Amino acid sequence: MNKLRENSALTGWLMVSPLAFVLLFFLVLPIFLIVVVSFWRATEFSIIPAFEWDNYAFLFGSPVTYTVFFNTFKYAFVTWVCTLLIGFTVAYYLAFHIRSLTWQIALFLLCTIPFWTSNIIRMISWIPFLGRNGIANSTLISWGVIDEPVEWLLFSDFAVILAFVHLYTLFMVVPIFNTMMRIDKSLIEAARDAGANGAQILWNVIIPLTKPGIMIGTIFVVTLVMGDFITVRFMSGSQSANVGRLISNDIALLQYPSASATAIILLLTVLLVIGTMLRFVDIRKEL
Amino acid sequence: MEPRPRSFYLLTAFFALFILFLYGPTITIGILSFQGEGGGLTFPMRGVSLYWFYDLFEQQAVGDIWGSFRRSFTLGLMVMVVTVVVSVMGGLAFRKKFPGSNILFYLIVTSLVIPSILISLGVGLLFSQSGLDVHWSTSGFGSQLTWTLPFGLLIMFAVFNRFDKSYEEAARDLGASPWQTLRHVVLPIIAPSLIGVALFGFTLSYDEFARTLLTSGSYNTLPLEIYGMTTNVTSPVLYALGTLTTLFSLLIIGAFLAFALLANRRRAKAGSDAGKGLL
Repeated sequence: MNKLRENSALTGWLMVSPLAFVLLFFLVLPIFLIVVVSFWRATEFSIIPAFEWDNYAFLFGSPVTYTVFFNTFKYAFVTWVCTLLIGFTVAYYLAFHIRSLTWQIALFLLCTIPFWTSNIIRMISWIPFLGRNGIANSTLISWGVIDEPVEWLLFSDFAVILAFVHLYTLFMVVPIFNTMMRIDKSLIEAARDAGANGAQILWNVIIPLTKPGIMIGTIFVVTLVMGDFITVRFMSGSQSANVGRLISNDIALLQYPSASATAIILLLTVLLVIGTMLRFVDIRKEL
Repeated sequence: MEPRPRSFYLLTAFFALFILFLYGPTITIGILSFQGEGGGLTFPMRGVSLYWFYDLFEQQAVGDIWGSFRRSFTLGLMVMVVTVVVSVMGGLAFRKKFPGSNILFYLIVTSLVIPSILISLGVGLLFSQSGLDVHWSTSGFGSQLTWTLPFGLLIMFAVFNRFDKSYEEAARDLGASPWQTLRHVVLPIIAPSLIGVALFGFTLSYDEFARTLLTSGSYNTLPLEIYGMTTNVTSPVLYALGTLTTLFSLLIIGAFLAFALLANRRRAKAGSDAGKGLL
């Protein structure tokens, strides 16, 4: 036992062995298998081991693929802009305008509670608001803004983005708030003493110091949106598609090899995006 | 105190709108679930009744809601326990560098950013190709851990980044063994954050959809059951179910928060025995 303690590498390995086991069996092996299956052939009823590039050739040869990837990036970008603006503002308010820690924690919790409830229910809950006879339409009609119900509120790209922003803004608020709380308040006082106005302090002091939090939030939002299939399907009424939906459609048709090929391309895209972002921030330091 | 700048009031209004945005829809379906018998999916309310809740309890045509709730609850508890234990062990191990720790760290990040549908697809393939049956308590359980463990570990990393090592050194100087240090010094200090990890573990599992889609087998978990309902149920019974699950989630969150508050208070009271002596 004493020898064991001295050998810190062995202790480390023992301590992470359950973690490594889970990641090996439910992350590494599955990804490996997806890579393998992406080269297989599918018949109507089964999948046959093979090594052929047909699935990739078909994927890159189809114009649908490019539209769908473009859609995916579009959703990711628009959602990113919206969540960043809203998330930053909320975090800024909580970190710099709320003066007592108790209130900060209370309001912060108020923002985080919806995160712990069901995403599907939160999507469903937009129906009475956005529907043809929903609250939004009837309010706009009673205000005289529009004459008849707007059709594009529910089951449209607008609804998809709205749902993404609704579900994922929190992933921006939390890391940005976390970094802002660590900013030394005397830096802001120093800036003020040196004659900076509010906007200058925000732009030249707070935003640069908040960048790591923004980066972490961005990683969360971008990956969640790029990997999503359920929000797009539900909120667009199956009228729009992103890569996740392409994969889930193939799965529903039992076309596992082609689903796997698409999945691999999606994974590579996401990892490329994240890898680029990680060059600008050291996650472990910023936690 | 200096007077509030004008931006404060603007931002307060913005924050209030944000909270309305977050909670408004959920509150709306909460109200609409009390829709009268002839009511539809939107306003106006046609009377107020508990009709749709009764409907939920009686009508078996909408599926196996109670069975799926039991499964989700059990699975949530399983994931919660494993997430807490494995995250603490991982967090402790990662305080020191060990060979392979970098690779493992990148695997954790990958697990966090990988699109959920890949886990679903990959684990589904893994089980079917090796001749195993997918089941919520095996393949579903493992798939959910790939989502809850990274969260648990990130929290633990954050906790240990702020951990004051001098407490451990003091314990060691007083002759405590490594196990005693862990049991009587480290664990009590990090205990409140473990409540947070447990909350994440349970709720992320309880609400998880994409990772269990292809890995839960023939018995659905609750989110899968609800998703199935959205395609074929178009009455407020959907809202009634939504309201009940949300209430249940709020109950769980409330319990965890109350527990955390209590633990903090107890710690504040019992934290220092300075001057009391050890007699």
